[in-house]
Amino acid sequence: METIIELKEVEKYYRMGEELVKAVDGISIKIEQGDFVAIMGPSGSGKSTTMNLVGSLDLATHGDIFLDGKDIEHLDESQLAQIRGKKIGFIFQSFNLIPNLTAKENVSLPMLFQGTEKEYRNEQAEKLLEMVDLADRMDHYPAQLSGGEQQRVAIARALSNDPEVILADEPTGNLDTKTGEIVMNFLDNLNKSGKTIIMVTHSPEVAQKHSKTIYQVKDGKIERVMKKIKGKWKIV
Amino acid sequence: MLSDYFLLALKNVRKRGIRSWLTMLGIFIGIAAVVSLISLGQGLETAITGQFGSLSTDTLTLSSAETGFGPPGATAVRKLTDHDLELVEQVPGVKLAIPRLVRITKVDYNEITQFRYLGSMPENKEQIDEIFNSAGLEIAQGRMLKPDEKGKIVIGDDFVSQDSFDKEIQLGSNLEILGKNYEVVGILKKTSTFVLNSVILMQEDDMRSLMSIGDEIDIIAIKVQDADKIEQVAQDIERKLRKDRNQKEGEEDFSVQTPLQALSSIRTILTVINIVVTGIAAIALLVGGIGITNTMFTSVLERTREIGVMKAIGAQNKDILTIFLIESALLGLVGGLVGAAIGLSMALGVAGAANSALGETIFKVSPSIPLLIGAILFSLVIGILSGLVPAYQASKLNPVEALRK
Repeated sequence: METIIELKEVEKYYRMGEELVKAVDGISIKIEQGDFVAIMGPSGSGKSTTMNLVGSLDLATHGDIFLDGKDIEHLDESQLAQIRGKKIGFIFQSFNLIPNLTAKENVSLPMLFQGTEKEYRNEQAEKLLEMVDLADRMDHYPAQLSGGEQQRVAIARALSNDPEVILADEPTGNLDTKTGEIVMNFLDNLNKSGKTIIMVTHSPEVAQKHSKTIYQVKDGKIERVMKKIKGKWKIV
Repeated sequence: MLSDYFLLALKNVRKRGIRSWLTMLGIFIGIAAVVSLISLGQGLETAITGQFGSLSTDTLTLSSAETGFGPPGATAVRKLTDHDLELVEQVPGVKLAIPRLVRITKVDYNEITQFRYLGSMPENKEQIDEIFNSAGLEIAQGRMLKPDEKGKIVIGDDFVSQDSFDKEIQLGSNLEILGKNYEVVGILKKTSTFVLNSVILMQEDDMRSLMSIGDEIDIIAIKVQDADKIEQVAQDIERKLRKDRNQKEGEEDFSVQTPLQALSSIRTILTVINIVVTGIAAIALLVGGIGITNTMFTSVLERTREIGVMKAIGAQNKDILTIFLIESALLGLVGGLVGAAIGLSMALGVAGAANSALGETIFKVSPSIPLLIGAILFSLVIGILSGLVPAYQASKLNPVEALRK
């Protein structure tokens, strides 16, 4: 398997007033293509910061981050934005759709930032919304959609530039169990079609049911790594 | 690409609804003030210079320095006399000096009382012709006063065209002036000068005895031989009168006005008005610009999370900058368009009101296309400038921090 994301001895410090907070304190991870990774841990454990680093939203204080074999540490903001837009699709806990835009326009937006032609954008957005079963909601605004529907629009948006990696930050955190399950099934399908999925979650059930690898994070360090081998979880 | 960003920005501006309109209020006021006052200024200048259009360029007016408001000479401390007239006639280059009386008088007709200008006509034919020529007067009905004619008057067009006495005035009608009846023998053609349209002309002797005026003179109209030397003649007259009255330069109790002087003093007033208005407009536009900056800062704050999301899904700094700049430019542009429309309709309204009050179409507002385009472009630039700092701030937001909001 090919490594798609690698973190090498990564540290991330924040300054909170006088205090220096070590949100991530020496994490090394190798994520392979096609994996379904769950990052778990209590609040303040550093899992969200890890997620931001993996998603090239943030740069590490120390250490190296490789995306597709490329060290992103030396890229400027514009180059990072370009990489994010092309290679990574984001799904957020609170959906984060742009309220002034329709479902279709929201799905088109990442393609707009990549300079894609309008006709292709429309075509692709419609195709993706059909895929998440929202063909009849294309021209609805986020406020007119239920939470589950909004998250499905967000999934379609995350897929619009056909990225290799999907980053999902608590994707079911704001949804009830049933709609959460529907959303997770879409992520399962994406993983089966070859996308690498990295998900932050609080829920051990969700993590165990859907992911293939679980990283347990505590105090900015990796506490435990588990892999599902032939249907059984093993600590590696 | 840019058109997509434009649509995006338009949606954001429209979403804010009433707040967007309130933001543009300052721009409306500023641009409306600029457009209406410049259009009116042009109309006003055309109207006022039209009043002087009838003045010939070879005529000077000598009058006493005024101490108050009223017809020329009426409030003067020291009246002009025949002695002054003789002095003027002696100045080289003076072709003709015509003494005149101009007063305001009470006029009764059909039991309605009005106040009108009463002007004297000189006795001899040459002088009458000269006054008619230099003021551009023409007889529309009837005839001119004959020399030495008593009890007869010639009236301006307003007496017939405006129904101020509730009863038609025509040739042969009798107007009561200060208790004495005068027969209308002539009616003047309508002119572009509204003072002349409401004037009553009477023979000088008649007027002197009617109003008990001694030998004083209100103004002396002076025709020069050579129009090109009019300034020179004016100076010579001033010098001669100063010497006669034993006065120093700058302390005269009389003044010689050339047509150009009158025009230039009007222009000075117009310039002052323009400067004041431009100042007010500049303040309104400054406030409008600050309003846009304020709204854009608020918008950046409100949409911090949205900006974070856009950055997460691949927006570069320049994309965010462009979106926000287009938004503020839109506020400026729409503000300019609406402001220009308001300004133009205000100018047309004021001109319309002025014209109907004066009963003439002397006040013309021609919509100046370069002015409108200039005003709209200017407000667009204000919009862009006002949005620069907020848009830059938005583009520089850290995506992680923005998403946490």
